[in-house]
Amino acid sequence: MLAVVQKELVTYFSSFLAYVVIALFLALSGFYFYTNLAFFLLNGGFDLVRGLWQYQFHDMLQRNIFLLPLLTMRLFAEERRLGTLELLWTYPLRDLDIVLGKYLAALIVFALMLAASAIYPLLLLPSHVDIAPGPLVAGYLGLFLIGAAFLACGTLISSLTDSQVLAAAATYAILILFWAMTWNEFAVGAPVLWILSSLSLFDRFYTFARGGIDTRDVCFLVLFSAVFLSWTLLALGSRRWRGVR
Amino acid sequence: MIEVSHLTKQFGDFTAVDDVSFAVATGECVGFLGPNGAGKTTTMRTIAGIFPPTSGTVKVAGHDVAREPDAARRKLGYFPEHAPYYPEMSVDGYLAFVARAKRVARKARHEHVERVVGACGLASVRRRLVGKLSKGFRQRVGLAQALLGDPEVLILDEPTSGLDPEQVSEIREVVKSFRGRRTILFSSHILSEVSQVAQRVVIIHRGKIVAEDATEVLARRLAGAVTLWLRIDAPLGDARAAIALVDGVREVAEQGGRLRVAAGDEATVRRVSQLVSARGWPLLELAQEALTLEEIFLRLVREESDRPRDDGRALAAGAER
Repeated sequence: MLAVVQKELVTYFSSFLAYVVIALFLALSGFYFYTNLAFFLLNGGFDLVRGLWQYQFHDMLQRNIFLLPLLTMRLFAEERRLGTLELLWTYPLRDLDIVLGKYLAALIVFALMLAASAIYPLLLLPSHVDIAPGPLVAGYLGLFLIGAAFLACGTLISSLTDSQVLAAAATYAILILFWAMTWNEFAVGAPVLWILSSLSLFDRFYTFARGGIDTRDVCFLVLFSAVFLSWTLLALGSRRWRGVR
Repeated sequence: MIEVSHLTKQFGDFTAVDDVSFAVATGECVGFLGPNGAGKTTTMRTIAGIFPPTSGTVKVAGHDVAREPDAARRKLGYFPEHAPYYPEMSVDGYLAFVARAKRVARKARHEHVERVVGACGLASVRRRLVGKLSKGFRQRVGLAQALLGDPEVLILDEPTSGLDPEQVSEIREVVKSFRGRRTILFSSHILSEVSQVAQRVVIIHRGKIVAEDATEVLARRLAGAVTLWLRIDAPLGDARAAIALVDGVREVAEQGGRLRVAAGDEATVRRVSQLVSARGWPLLELAQEALTLEEIFLRLVREESDRPRDDGRALAAGAER
C-alpha cells in the first residue's frame, strides 16, 4: 500500500496539481481570513470562537467543496484512461491496498493544505490576544473529517469513469447536493427533516466550527468515508463480471 | 509453468473464452495467436489474475490464480496490450514504484532495477519522463516492469503492436533474450512474428483453440496452401488449360486479366513457373498471395472438421486435452 501512496504523492507533486490546489486554498482562505477579521474588529467582537473562527471554518469548508474534487478526480479515472489500472491488478497488491493507497495520498495532500492554513490564526499571536487552542483544534478536526468524507466520495466517483472531467463534475454534484440538502428543510415535514438532517454532512460541522467535538459527528463522518471507500472496492471488483473497461 | 485447464470466461451473456486448455512448460516460449477479438487478451488477463475464470482453472508456477492470487502474481510479469504507462513519471521513478509494488525486498530493489534497465536497453533514457519517450522505448519500459521481481512466468500481450519494423525487431530481440530462463506466453496476430520467437504456437479463434503445434509443423501445414497470381502475355484460355494440368494445381481461374492459381505447395509453384518459361510465355507478373490470418483460421477450422476425431494433433476440441 505504501508503494501506491508514494506513487500517488509523486504524481500529485510532479503534475503540479497539488501545488495549484494548495495555492488556491491558501489564497482563498487568506482572503476570507482577512475579511472575517476585519468584520470581527469592526463589530468590536470579543468572542474569537463565535465571532471569528466559526465564520472562517465555514468559509474554508465551502472552498473545500470546490477544491477537493480536483484532488480525487484523477485517482482512478486517469488510470482507467491510461490502462495502467490493469497493470496494478497484476501486481501482488490487493484492491484494498490500491484504494487505501490512493485515498491516503489524497488525504496527505489535504492535510498539508490544512496545516499550511494554520498560519492565519498564528498571525494573531503578536497582537497578544489570548487564543485558546481547543476551538481551533476542534475546527480543524471537523474540517479534516468532512474533507476526508469529500475525498472518499470523490474517490468512488473517480473509480466509475475514465474521464477526469466527468469525475470532478459528478463529485461536485453530489457534494453540492449534500450541502444544499438542508437549506429548505423547514419547508418539508418533520420526518423528512429528521432524515435529511441526519444524513447531512454539513449540519455535522456546526459543533466543530464552534469549538466542540461530538463523538456522534466524528463517528458519522468516519463511517461516511468508510462506506464510500467500500463502494469504491465494489466498483473495482466489478471487473470480475464486467471485464476491464 | 502455466497450466490453463477448461478455462471459460463469460461477461454477462457473452462468452469470451470457451473451454480452453493448454499448458506452457517451464522455460518454454509459446506464441498465442489469434485475430482481434478471438479471446487472446481475455485469456491472458485471466492468467495474469486480473479477473477470475467463470469456470476452469489457471495455474501460474503451480499456484491457482483464483485461489492464491498473491502467490501467483509474485511469480508473474505481465505486459498488457498497448503498454500503458504513467506519462509524468521518470523511467527510474516508475521502475522503483513497480519494484515496491511487486514486493521486491528493499535491499534488492536497486539491483533489480539496474538489471532490468540493462536487459531492456533503457540506460540512456532512465532519467527521462516515460511520456516523453518514443513508442519503442515506452514498450521497453513496459517489458522492464514485467521483468521486475524476476518472475518465472511472463505474459506478453502483443508486445510489438504499433511499432515500426525496426522497433519490432528490437523488441523481438529483447523477448528472445528472455527465452530459456523463463516461461513465456507471447501473443500476436502476426504469424510470422510468433514463429520467429516461439517454439510452439497456440491458435485461438472465437474463444476456442483451433490449433496447437510446434512452429515448424504448423508452418508446413499452412505452406500447403499457396495462391499465385499470374499475368502473362499469351492467350489466357490456353494458359489456363495448360496450368490446370500441372501436378499439384487445384484450381485455375481468370480474374481481371490475370490467372489465379490455387497451388498445393512451393514445388507446385516451381512447376508452374517452369511451364511458363518452357512455353515461352512472356511473364509480366508472378505474385504469391500471403494468407490473411482470417484465411489461416478458416483453413485450420475447415481442416479440423475434415480430420478424423482420433488424430492426436488435431486440437479443435481443446477439451480433449
